[in-house]
Amino acid sequence: MAEDKMVQDAPVAGGTKKAGVLNRFDNPWLNWKFLGGAGILGLLFFIIFLGYQFWDTDLALSARAPLNLPPIGFENWRGQTGVPEHPLGTENSGRDMLALWIVGTPRTVFVGVIAATVGMLAGIVLGFMAGFLGGLFDDVIRLAVDIAITIPSLLVLIVIQAVLGRVDLLTMALLISLFSWATPTRYIRAQVLSMRESGYVQMARLSGVPVRDIMFKEIMPNLLPYLSASYIGNMQGAIISAVGLEVLGFGPQRIPSLGVAIFFSIEAGALFRNMWWWWGIPTVTLSVVFIALLLINLGLDEIANPRLRKAN
Amino acid sequence: MGGISLNYLLRRLLVFFLTLWVAATLIFIIPRLAPGDPIAAMVARLSYQAGFVENADLIIEGWKERFGLNDPVYVQYLRFMTGLLGGDLGYSMARFPSTVTELVGRALPWTIGLVGISTFIFFVVGNLCGALLAWARTPRLVKVLIPMSMIFTSIPPLLAGLLLSYTFAFLLGWFPQTYSYGFGLTPGLTLEFIASVIHHGILPAMAIVIVTFGYWALGMRGMMVTIEGEDYMILAQAKGLKPFYVLYRYMIRNAILPQMTALAVSIGTLVNGVVLVEVIFNYNGMGTLIVTALREQDFGLIQGTSFILIVTSALAVLIIDLSYPLIDPRISLEGR
Repeated sequence: MAEDKMVQDAPVAGGTKKAGVLNRFDNPWLNWKFLGGAGILGLLFFIIFLGYQFWDTDLALSARAPLNLPPIGFENWRGQTGVPEHPLGTENSGRDMLALWIVGTPRTVFVGVIAATVGMLAGIVLGFMAGFLGGLFDDVIRLAVDIAITIPSLLVLIVIQAVLGRVDLLTMALLISLFSWATPTRYIRAQVLSMRESGYVQMARLSGVPVRDIMFKEIMPNLLPYLSASYIGNMQGAIISAVGLEVLGFGPQRIPSLGVAIFFSIEAGALFRNMWWWWGIPTVTLSVVFIALLLINLGLDEIANPRLRKAN
Repeated sequence: MGGISLNYLLRRLLVFFLTLWVAATLIFIIPRLAPGDPIAAMVARLSYQAGFVENADLIIEGWKERFGLNDPVYVQYLRFMTGLLGGDLGYSMARFPSTVTELVGRALPWTIGLVGISTFIFFVVGNLCGALLAWARTPRLVKVLIPMSMIFTSIPPLLAGLLLSYTFAFLLGWFPQTYSYGFGLTPGLTLEFIASVIHHGILPAMAIVIVTFGYWALGMRGMMVTIEGEDYMILAQAKGLKPFYVLYRYMIRNAILPQMTALAVSIGTLVNGVVLVEVIFNYNGMGTLIVTALREQDFGLIQGTSFILIVTSALAVLIIDLSYPLIDPRISLEGR
């Protein structure tokens, strides 16, 4: 019942005076951006789930299909037309694009989820320590965050990968998470700092509530929308890093993810050969994922910030 | 530097130099932390590509001696750091006589130009759109059109680059698909060359702008909404000030400082994106240089390019951070 709690707590945290009775449809979690974004992602993964049930995903391996076929209803530069066996066409090394899409999309999102979760957990711990304990902790953590945010993570990741060569997705996710703690730490620290001074925390402190309980029972629940927004933002960043590294050729090659597919297509000059389905299907899919994540993020923003809600 | 407190200045400089030190140390340590011997691995890769390399052992030994890899680690570290201080980034292994500094010096201006111009465009356009979204007097049509133009927000610049390159360069042929100026032109201050640079730069810059300006619009709108509730806004309107004057002097002026702070924070992400956009358009800046170095297994060049790009980003952040008092005089009173 976390949602109900949020609704009751929000007026206190936001400092609005009217705590009155809330209409059932006034629930801030029911805004169209949040639901729309979540709906798009849900639908995408439902289709992928169906794909796993009804489509032969082994076709995503190379040399399982004729080469360079266009999707149904189109013609490639050799005059071949699409065939029903490969509805989204095939690419240079004989991978079926539909199978590649079914297999590759969750793999790309997987990297984002792992990297964002690890980075977020570190961010919560560090952000709370800096914001709540203050003093030396705060100074050191703030310095580390300032440094980490300034360094473009992709460049260090490139150096790491140049040494390691191609890695599996889990390793890639963990490498990316080395750089995805700073933004959440910074964000959470700022929120904790402002909440620390708010009335109900002062009250709890005066009543002798232990520090741990103030952190996790008083502040944490009120931070929930902020934390979720930060998590989604982190996921966007992690997927962007992953796709970037994959497009530079560092992804797993046997079973490609979407970024690796784009890498192959660029290497093979698909842009010049008008094989738009090869890079286009991964690009559009990733774009849809990013737009959905942005919508969720904007929705969460409105939940966290009542003033934005009013402005609409 | 009238408005900057000494404390603030010192802290910013500390962060700047610590960033350089951390980056240099990371770049020094990473190859040595990796399992195996990087030089041996490189020779192994060379022999894999060429089929066979004569006297591989001697080459490995020779390079180890050449790069001083037989010395103790702290000696190597000191040599590496003093080299960096003197601007000596070593030689490119794949294009031997050229030094890394030389190659970077040729590529860096293009990247700085691309980042600078696109940052200027998305910052101005984004903040203007955000201000218009929140302003009460904005025509309804504009308030509908702006959110529609923000559809690409949050997509990585790389993907936007692919879509733009296909649509406007391949299908329509309005813009060139690769490189930063026309084939056969000599760089110089001729009209033809400048026109060619602009023509080649539009798509890469657009790829960054269309996915980024929406963020600034959203941030600006959030700030404006907060400011609209302030008492001085009511006073300004009651005084009968012109609406445009209120928008600019009272609303945008007050909202711009947090946006500048956000810009400083986002420089790192921005550079990540630009590196990849350059790869898509084969733009001859730092991103393309890194990819070439990766392809040629030129580790010294990869290290040097990454380091210089990190230094450039840190410098950009420092400049933005030090410019706050110029934008907002109140900052000196707060003495952050």
